[in-house]
Amino acid sequence: MGLPKIKIADLDAETLWNDGHRTIDVAASDTTVLWDSSHHEHDAISTRTFGFWLYMLSDAMILAALFTAYAVLRHNYAGAPTAAQIVHPGYAFRETLLVFSSVLAFGLTMSALKQGSRAGVINGIVVSFLIGAAFLGMEFHEFSGLISQGITPERSGFLSVYYAIVLVHGLHMVFGLLWMAVMVVQIMRQGFTDNVVYRLLNLKIFWQFQAVIWVCVFTVVYL
Amino acid sequence: MLVHLQGPWTPLIGRLALNQIPYDNPVIVGAFIFSVAAAAVFAGGVTYTGRWEYLWRNWLTTVDHKKIGIMYILVGMVMLFRGFIDAAMIRTQQVMAVGPQSAGHLGALHGYMPPYHFDQVYSAHGAIMLLFAVTPILVGLMNIIVPLQIGARDMAYPYLNAVGLWLTTVGAALVMLSLFVGDFSHAGWVGLTPLTELPYSPGVGVDYWIWAIQISSVGTTLGAINLIATIVKMRAPGMIWSRLPVFTWTAMATNIIGLTAFPVLAATLFLLTLDRYLGTHFFTAGMGGNIMLYTDLFWVWGHPEVYFLVLPAFGILSEIIPTFSEKPLFGYTAMVFASLIIAGASWMVWLHHFFTMGAGPLVNAYFSIATMLVGIPTGVKVFNWAFTMYRARMRFDTPMLWAVGALFLLLIGGLTGMMLAVPAIDFQVHNSVFVIAHFHSMVLLIAFAIMGAISYWFPKVFGFKLDERLGKRVFWYWVVASIMVFVPMYTLGFMGMTRRLDYISHPSWLPLIVLEEIGIGLYWVALYYQVKQIYVSVRDRRKYRAGPDAWWTTRSLEWMTHSPVPFYNFAVTPVVHARDEWAWRKEQGLTSLRPDRYQDIHMPKNTPVPLILGALSFALGFGLVWRIWWLSALSITAIVIVLIVRSFDSNTDYVIPAAEVERMERQGSGASGTTDTGRYPADHTAGKRRFRAARPQNR
Ligand code: HEM
Ligand SMILES: [Cu+2]
Repeated sequence: MGLPKIKIADLDAETLWNDGHRTIDVAASDTTVLWDSSHHEHDAISTRTFGFWLYMLSDAMILAALFTAYAVLRHNYAGAPTAAQIVHPGYAFRETLLVFSSVLAFGLTMSALKQGSRAGVINGIVVSFLIGAAFLGMEFHEFSGLISQGITPERSGFLSVYYAIVLVHGLHMVFGLLWMAVMVVQIMRQGFTDNVVYRLLNLKIFWQFQAVIWVCVFTVVYL
Repeated sequence: MLVHLQGPWTPLIGRLALNQIPYDNPVIVGAFIFSVAAAAVFAGGVTYTGRWEYLWRNWLTTVDHKKIGIMYILVGMVMLFRGFIDAAMIRTQQVMAVGPQSAGHLGALHGYMPPYHFDQVYSAHGAIMLLFAVTPILVGLMNIIVPLQIGARDMAYPYLNAVGLWLTTVGAALVMLSLFVGDFSHAGWVGLTPLTELPYSPGVGVDYWIWAIQISSVGTTLGAINLIATIVKMRAPGMIWSRLPVFTWTAMATNIIGLTAFPVLAATLFLLTLDRYLGTHFFTAGMGGNIMLYTDLFWVWGHPEVYFLVLPAFGILSEIIPTFSEKPLFGYTAMVFASLIIAGASWMVWLHHFFTMGAGPLVNAYFSIATMLVGIPTGVKVFNWAFTMYRARMRFDTPMLWAVGALFLLLIGGLTGMMLAVPAIDFQVHNSVFVIAHFHSMVLLIAFAIMGAISYWFPKVFGFKLDERLGKRVFWYWVVASIMVFVPMYTLGFMGMTRRLDYISHPSWLPLIVLEEIGIGLYWVALYYQVKQIYVSVRDRRKYRAGPDAWWTTRSLEWMTHSPVPFYNFAVTPVVHARDEWAWRKEQGLTSLRPDRYQDIHMPKNTPVPLILGALSFALGFGLVWRIWWLSALSITAIVIVLIVRSFDSNTDYVIPAAEVERMERQGSGASGTTDTGRYPADHTAGKRRFRAARPQNR
């Protein structure tokens, strides 16, 4: 019980990557601790955010595949309108500003979280939600305009990939907004529990990731 | 924007119609009767023994990584059986359809399957074997073993783990359903474009293929996240990277592939879906589509995928061979780096699957060299296993037989792979059955490793061993059957036989094809003995009972807890001191499994939510395949609602008090009566050499 613990770190130097046939790194002594009685809990929040980073990586791969498709199909106009004819960098630039301000608002939300301010967090989320919704409104306007002119995705390879890449990003934004709405309710009902905090942290990762992707969309597709 | 469909469509049931049910095909009706009978026997058995509640509480709603692993393996086994039936059907068609004189039955000109049906069978065979048989079994094994090997209580995200299981099951269920309602893809497991495009495949077959793979690959990606996070975050104290068991390392490498490659597949299938449902032009033959884009994207996933499958098999060999060589694995560090290098390099070689598509000499040369370079770490591994066995006291228990057999297959498959990596050779044999024989050598290697792993870890999970005599018989039948099937196949490949033939125009190939058919017969015999082995072992399980250390010369942490493993894995988390901790403790005489002091254990609660999500995903998949829009919309909305509702549930864990843990350990509830003093049950010596007896307790 009261056995002093041998320091694992002392063993490491000896055993690190040593190869060959020796199994015995050290001999056991009276002080060897065989079972962990320190009652350590795995840090739930960091485990969750780590997993979410991994998820973001997989999402990044999806987008990488889509950008590859864009690179291959970007000039396949098949007689339909070309990129230069339908893409408006100025309009997209205003969308970019919206994405950035929404992320900024969410950043402020996070500093409110650090201070434990419930009102601050909720206000922050509401503001990023509204700006995000405005972005989606602009996107909706852009695409409904295209469709009303008959410029639909089935007219060419380029239009297919243009719609796909922008709308996949848009879908992520919709998902983010839904997540924000849920978080507001959750904070009001449960306060800053572990579960709520890690979800807010993950949402931050997610939201900033959407901004990063939008920058790629903007530079690759709109510029 | 929806595409214009051939054939009828109604809002209520989409493309479903009575004539989509192939009740006039005797083969399918037979399969249907068999499936219904099997389901009835199962349901009847559960009802008769009054186990529905047990099934619900202990299995369907479980989040225990071991039970989830077992269910993954069961799903995989069912699909392995289905895939094997497909294989037997393919072989039988070919043996019946040689030469213009060969008779035709059941509406076929030659053999018994018309081309459209035959094409579905081989497409289903490939997709099932790779994605719904071998993948779930390997994921299941990693699920069971990795947390044990690192001394964890469970996976990092037990709930997500169950979600992954049910999504995989949904994929498998959709493939099975396609047999009875509608049809399956006829475009090969790779989904050849533009054949998979709507104009050329107007039916629902390709849609089944898409959604089955899409849904289950979401499950695989989630599983990969879970396993990586488990390995990174949940290791016991002292389990530093340089002590991580090699199986866990390969699980890490594999899941890095899974995490990065499967999303590419998801994106590719998504684009194909858009083509088929909304009429876009990603992979179409005109209107600005690009067929090679599909081929590239598919194989950018496809080649890493084959290494996703083979790396856990390498890990299994690295566990079995040292145990039965009674010494540590040779070249641990090299082994670890080789696994990671293979995982990385698997991304750089995809074009070798289509050297013949005219990429030009420079590109081909690059991919040829890159492909050959992958052989180097693989070769390093082979030498390490060989040196582990060199001058060792080898014991040939069943797991070891499978492992050694797998090494031979790896040699054959690796060398033929090297041949294919040379474009000049590949131009001769591409799309011939030589390629089929190559990758079957590789996939059989995986199957051998799986069979070895199951017999190796079976006593850990269930507390008793599988019968050795029958196990060895199964092994030898597999060996002879594999030789009979695949040596002729290599030969036929050189003779110019292309793959996917429903009619064979060269009567001179008949003898070799008959040999292959005999090989299939031997697999059937192996299957018989396999079933018998399980039956006999379960019946006489008392006789086969195994202690914590079932093979007496095991080395890693999973052997340091009871067999079967209690639901909390380790009563108290072990502290790790050495690379092969259990071997180290045995050499130090520290084999007691009883800790000084017990502690409260936190465990996740069971939940039906993953199962519900699975059921909804099934409805979603079905709705999308048949284009029943209301069903699809309804189920996707329901999925989102279930996810949100679940997120409000903060009461997902419970605590087992220390006293309760101690009581369970004392009673040996998890230990099924085996000794937990670390001494071995007396009945195992029977003519075996074994490592020197554990020193008596000195504490
Ligand atoms: C040293 C390692 C390997 C090399 C050099 C290699 C090389 C190749 C090459 C060049 C091809 C393309 C042949 C053609 O289509 O003309 C091929 C096909 C294939 N290989 Fe391998 N391979 C290796 C390992 C593996 C492993 C480990 C697996 C599976 C676990 C595997 C599974 C496959 C499959 C499934 C195909 C054919 C896919 C299809 O067209 O349906 N290979 N291999
Ligand atoms: Cu490959």
